[in-house]
Amino acid sequence: MSIKPTLETPGLMANTVNEGPVSGVMTALTAAATFLAIFSVILFLGFLLFIGGSWLLEAQTVITAGGVEERYNWQVLFSGESELSVTGGIFPAIVGTVVVTLLMAVIVAPLGIVVAVYLTEYASDGWSTQLLRIGVQNLAAIPSIIYGVFGLAFFVYVIGGRVDALFFESNLPDPTFGAPGLLWASLTLAILTLPTVIVATEEGLSRLPATLREGSRALGATRVETVLYVVIPAATPSILTGVILAVARAAGEVAPLMLVGVVKYAPSLPIGLEAPFIHLEQKFMHLGFFVYDLTMHAPAGDGRLGIVAAAGLLLVAVIVTLNIVALLLRMSLRRRYVQTGLD
Amino acid sequence: MDHREALIAASSHRVRQGGYAPGIEVNGLSLTYPDEPNALVDINLSIPGGEVTAVIGPSGCGKSTLLRCFNRMNDMLEGCRYSGSIMLHDLNILDPATDVTALRRRVGMVFQRPNPFPMSIYDNVAYGPRIGGVRRRRDLDEIVENSLRLAALWDEVKDGLGRNAAILSLGQQQRLVIARAIAVRPEVLLMDEPASSLDPISTLRIEELIYELKQSYTIVIVTHNMQQAARVSDRTAFLNQGQVIEYDVTDKIFTNPSEPATEDYITGRYG
Ligand SMILES: Nc1ncnc2c1ncn2[C@@H]1O[C@H](COP(=O)(O)OP(=O)(O)OP(=O)(O)O)[C@@H](O)[C@H]1O
Ligand SMILES: [Mg+2]
Repeated sequence: MSIKPTLETPGLMANTVNEGPVSGVMTALTAAATFLAIFSVILFLGFLLFIGGSWLLEAQTVITAGGVEERYNWQVLFSGESELSVTGGIFPAIVGTVVVTLLMAVIVAPLGIVVAVYLTEYASDGWSTQLLRIGVQNLAAIPSIIYGVFGLAFFVYVIGGRVDALFFESNLPDPTFGAPGLLWASLTLAILTLPTVIVATEEGLSRLPATLREGSRALGATRVETVLYVVIPAATPSILTGVILAVARAAGEVAPLMLVGVVKYAPSLPIGLEAPFIHLEQKFMHLGFFVYDLTMHAPAGDGRLGIVAAAGLLLVAVIVTLNIVALLLRMSLRRRYVQTGLD
Repeated sequence: MDHREALIAASSHRVRQGGYAPGIEVNGLSLTYPDEPNALVDINLSIPGGEVTAVIGPSGCGKSTLLRCFNRMNDMLEGCRYSGSIMLHDLNILDPATDVTALRRRVGMVFQRPNPFPMSIYDNVAYGPRIGGVRRRRDLDEIVENSLRLAALWDEVKDGLGRNAAILSLGQQQRLVIARAIAVRPEVLLMDEPASSLDPISTLRIEELIYELKQSYTIVIVTHNMQQAARVSDRTAFLNQGQVIEYDVTDKIFTNPSEPATEDYITGRYG
């Protein structure tokens, strides 16, 4: 019996010795992976910047009504002249991307807040709540094209069909809301990003100290008043974090939108300077689809890679701009909360 | 000091409403939590109006639980059951038909750690009145100023009422939440260890404040600090394991208690 410990000891020692090289390999692997990740991001952005950027700054000759003229490529891209004239240029696609994303944010924020507030402030901690919570979290794992199919079936055909039958009967059989359009695209994106907003908001709400709610209730405030005037304002930074993540995801989604409202060419913008200012039933253009379409259909030759990279560059720029705006908004709010530890 | 003026203004406001500082009669109050069947056992207390009553006792004896019965805060806890009656003048606090939001405007509460809302100093104090329906800016201004003066905080914050309450020191925050509580003009003020997270100077200021406030409020204060109880209170209740062991005028409790358990606790021989 006295042999056993002595037999075990070398084994244990061997294990501890082995951990050195193993963790060394792990460290090296992690470092390599990090390097690869950073390298590919730089490579990717570099590709977009150099190929796309230099293409934008090149000049080409175009035939206009006034004759043959020299134009920079970025002018061509925005004006839709030359081989891009069919699509009306990139400008409508930029507008479409921004409008659908902002509309999505306006829809998803209140929806996400309501669900999160229900889950943390009202629902009892039973199994049904847990099930709902797990369900919400797993919604994020569904491929986005499925959301597109759902949006087409539910929003366009079911809801849109009803709306047409009720309010736009005179136009039938031509659909008004019974066809893909801006509203249904925004709603589809809102459903897609809803879990993100819910999870972020819930986390913010659950981090608020209980004494905050008790303080409000002890002053004679009802539960609803407490939620509206104390809890939600205190959780605003977390809510905005969720909306930022939602915007980041939504602005880059193309696949589901192709089913519920995005088209290659739309004759007019979905927004205007005259009432009703926003045309919720209209189909619209989108940068993501613009990139896809260019890649597939731009004329072969030297310019092809350049123009695709340029459009991609603009898509990234629009997404980054939307995110920066949201980040600035959150930062200015955070300054108000920073000392309370409620951020 | 214009505390007194402010006090008079506030109390005259109350007199006009026909209010005064009422007493609290506790009869046969028992309370159970799911895992603590004897949180409070047959409590009987007669708390006089316009005085300071201290509740002392070892940790976990039920002091906070008792205090939270007076404004029905325990209702928010799942599985908490109570029986008996607590009369605030002619209102039975524990009656299920009692409107708790109205009750809580009559019975204010100050918590152990200051819990200002993440908003401006002004909005913190105006929160209760706004919830209660005060909308006119001039009325709110007056209430905010009077309450902050009463809480001895006005001079320190009057030049920055729009600043976030979080920038105040802990002691100032505690006076701010006292101002917030008195802004709804309650008749009773419950304080659960209001000075336990404060430094000695801030503690002294809170004690002075309690002394000022007792002229127009019925105050019930929970404290772990024997000297504090002796300094600020007129009466003291000693609780142990959910029961009132002894309740008497403070002088008697601290100089000549009837129960050996009280003496043991006060002299530090307990546990
Ligand atoms: N929410 C709750 N759920 C279950 N049991 C509770 C709850 N709150 C308090 N208790 C129990 O009730 C008893 C009394 O608690 P209480 O907080 O009233 O004590 P206390 O005298 O205020 O103590 P301390 O001096 O530490 O603040 C304790 O045994 C405690 O564990
Ligand atoms: Mg306590």
